Order: sequence, then C-alpha cells, then structure tokens
Amino acid sequence: MQIPDAEVLCRELAEQIRPHVTADTALVGIRTGGLWLAERLHDVLGIQAPLGAIDVSFYRDDYGSKGLHARPQRTEIPFDVDGAPVILVDDVLYTGRTTRAALNELFDFGRPARVDLAVLVDRGGRELPIAARYCAHTLAEPLPAAHNLELQRATDGALSLQLITRG
Amino acid sequence: MRNPQLNKHGELQHLLTLDGLPRDIINTILDTAAPFTEVAEREVKKLPLLRGKSVFNLFFENSTRTRTTFEIAAKRLSADVVNLNINTSSAAKGESLLDTVDNLCAMQADMFVVRHAASGAPMLIAQHLQNTGRDHIHVVNAGDGRHAHPTQGLLDMYTIRHFKRDFTNLTVAIVGDVLHSRVARSQIAALTTLGVPEVRVIGPRTLLPTEVGKLGVRVFNDMREGMKGVDVVMMLRLQNERMNGALLPTPQEYYKIWGLTADKLALAKPDAIVMHPGPMNRGVEIDSAVADGAQAVILPQVTFGIAVRMAVMSMLGSN
Repeated sequence: MQIPDAEVLCRELAEQIRPHVTADTALVGIRTGGLWLAERLHDVLGIQAPLGAIDVSFYRDDYGSKGLHARPQRTEIPFDVDGAPVILVDDVLYTGRTTRAALNELFDFGRPARVDLAVLVDRGGRELPIAARYCAHTLAEPLPAAHNLELQRATDGALSLQLITRG
Repeated sequence: MRNPQLNKHGELQHLLTLDGLPRDIINTILDTAAPFTEVAEREVKKLPLLRGKSVFNLFFENSTRTRTTFEIAAKRLSADVVNLNINTSSAAKGESLLDTVDNLCAMQADMFVVRHAASGAPMLIAQHLQNTGRDHIHVVNAGDGRHAHPTQGLLDMYTIRHFKRDFTNLTVAIVGDVLHSRVARSQIAALTTLGVPEVRVIGPRTLLPTEVGKLGVRVFNDMREGMKGVDVVMMLRLQNERMNGALLPTPQEYYKIWGLTADKLALAKPDAIVMHPGPMNRGVEIDSAVADGAQAVILPQVTFGIAVRMAVMSMLGSN
C-alpha cells in the first residue's frame, strides 16, 4: 500500500474545512495524533477559540477488558462548549469507538451547537454509525486489523503517516 | 511468595501498604492521578470508569474526611457507594470481620475500602478473598491500626511532587507523634522508595518508635535542629485518643516544644511547604497562623486526595 503524504493531506483537510469556519468555530484534538493535527489546523485556519485537547482514556469502552491506558493525559477544553460549533479532529478514523468516547467526554463539558469530525485518513472498518464530515483521504480497501496506521511528528514538527504491522 | 498486593501479571490487585510497593507502581498511580484533578472543574464531575460497580466503605473506626474523600472519588468514577458504619451495626452484635465481608460479597461488592483499628485487618480480608477464589474483588486500606494509610501517603507524595517536582534532592521532615501514626509509616515507605535522600523524623522520645532509625530515617529529638534546611515539613496529628499512660506532659507544653510555629518554620528553607494529614489540632501541633500561612499546602492535599483515590480505584477496577 502506498502511504499518503501527511503534509499534503493536512493542507487538503484545511482547505475542506476553511469555507465552513465561522468566528466561533472551536477545534478539539484527540490525543495524541489528532492533537498534533488540530494544532496545525488551528494555526493554518486562524481559529480564534483556544484549542481543546481530549484524552479518551477515561471514556474508552474497553476499560473493563483492557484496563486503564498507561499514563493518561489531561483533557483540556479551554472554551465554553455550550453553544459552540466544534470540530473534533483525529488522525485516523477506524472503528469509530474513539470518536464515540470523545463525543461522550465533550458533552460532559456542555452542549455544543454542533460537532463535526475531521480526519486525515479514513481506513475503513467502522463498528459504529460514525462518519467524518471532513476527510482528506479514504483508503481504497479497508486496512486489515493487524495493521496500525498512525500519525507521527518529527522534532521539526513535520507530520508523517506510519504503517505498523503487529506481529 | 508474591507481593500480596499484586496479581500474577504484577498489576495492582489490592492497595494495602506502600511498604514494598514497587517504585514504578507508585509513579504510575501519581501519573494517573494528574488528569483526574481536572475533572473537578467540569460541568459534569463524573467519569464512566466504575459504572455499575459497587464500592463498600467499611469503616470500623470513625473518620469523616477519609471516608468522604473515598466516597467522592468513587462517585466521580460513577460507582455505587455504600457506606457502612460498623460501630453501630453487625460487629457490635458480634459478627466476625470475615463474616461481614462474606455477606457483602453476597451483595455483589466489587471493592472494599477498609478502615480498622487493628493493624492487618485489610490484609486479612484480601487473603480471605484470595483463598476463596474471589480475585475480582479489591481491597483498599483506608488506615489500619498503627500500620499503614497508603492513600494518605500517596496523596502526600502527589502534593510534594506537585510543589517540588523532583524527589531526589529533597530533605523532608516528619514531625510529631510517629509512634501512633500509620500515616508516618506510609510516608516514610513512599519517600524512601521514591529516592528522597534525607527523611527526618522529629519528635519526643516517648512518641517515636524505639527502632525508628531502622526505617532509614534520621532521628531528631531537638525540633530546631531537625527543621534546619528542610524542603518539606510533614506535621502529624497528636493522637490523644490513642494514648494511655504518661507519654506527654500537657498539650500546652507539647506546643511549646514540638508545635510548628513561625519561628521554627523560619529554620527551614524559605520555600519549604507545610503539610498536615488532618484533622489539625491548632495550637497543639501547629500554630494557627502557620496552618493558614502562605507555605501551608494543607487544603491542596485534600483536593489531590480525591484524584489520587480515583487513580487507585480506577487502576484496581480494571485489574
């Protein structure tokens, strides 16, 4: 499989979102890859509201079987969620379970006016009725479960996609 | 024999004592507690982790603060919490500790938070659960006799880390009634495990365990000497209710010699923090002005205590 260039996809994603940005649009990135992407979009799109970050560890649906994720990080929503149009940002959309967890967490901060989902790559394999409004790239074939596609950030801030195969 | 607090994968199964608890597990608890502190600022102060689980607060000894913070922590994790004040119930009618536990297990308990006047009672419950194949039920020691109060020790470590960042260059003084204090034993175990180079205990000889030096601490019977250059002052409560015999002169005299006053605190480093596990006896072990002063972090300790207990319960709940 040809791994797409994350930097190119990032610019495409920003252009998809740009016409829909309003003065009160807020971005929330899902840690860790989604937050890197959200930081970039926040900058490129000149979003006014401070950037939010969600760590879904406390809302995951596999806590009962897999336990708490090691070293959970803070969720920080530094704007008023009530009435805000929110764009939830993640690097890769797969089963939809992370998005579900992030939505639940977001709603514990208030009632947003609307929530859209923006992702760099849709790798297929959805297990929940969740779709991205903004998506820079959809894989032609769903990626097998043994593969892990994730965003990496180099020390200079450059974003790239990495395909990791679990043995 | 494996550490009775850990399961066969080396994960936390019960929290009974900090003595012998591996450093990486202590650090994981402190790291996990950090994001929980933020939950208190949300509109909905609840996380779904222990949804559908039942936590039984088994308090064979009175406590308001500890029981309340455990209750808040469990409720913020969406658990159902049942408070049993055993003083006024079955134990008073003669039921044994393990019979009480078996009955509560029959009510589908998932976790017991236990406070008991007898050292080792939570351990006894944990062993009983293991011997009867009930590994899915967890025990948290909320203070047993003179033995241990691990969540207090952990919240103290969280507080120190919050204000001082690094443990490996600190001098920490524990002051007062060490003899009766399970808090002091948990603090000493955690400070030593986390690599604090100098832990001091300061107190009158009658209120220090005879072999306290074997815990790896420096003993001071002169408070002014012991306070010199410390980064952290951990005061202990004078446990009048546990004293019998002539361990002390009068509270006034104790205050004069061992009470933390501004002039004694001035001997510590200028940025030293003052901690107290509560409840405080103002004018006995600590001066009111110091307790309310700029160096006191006593109320942050209480707030951090909720996050630390949430971390412990959420780690146990999944193991």
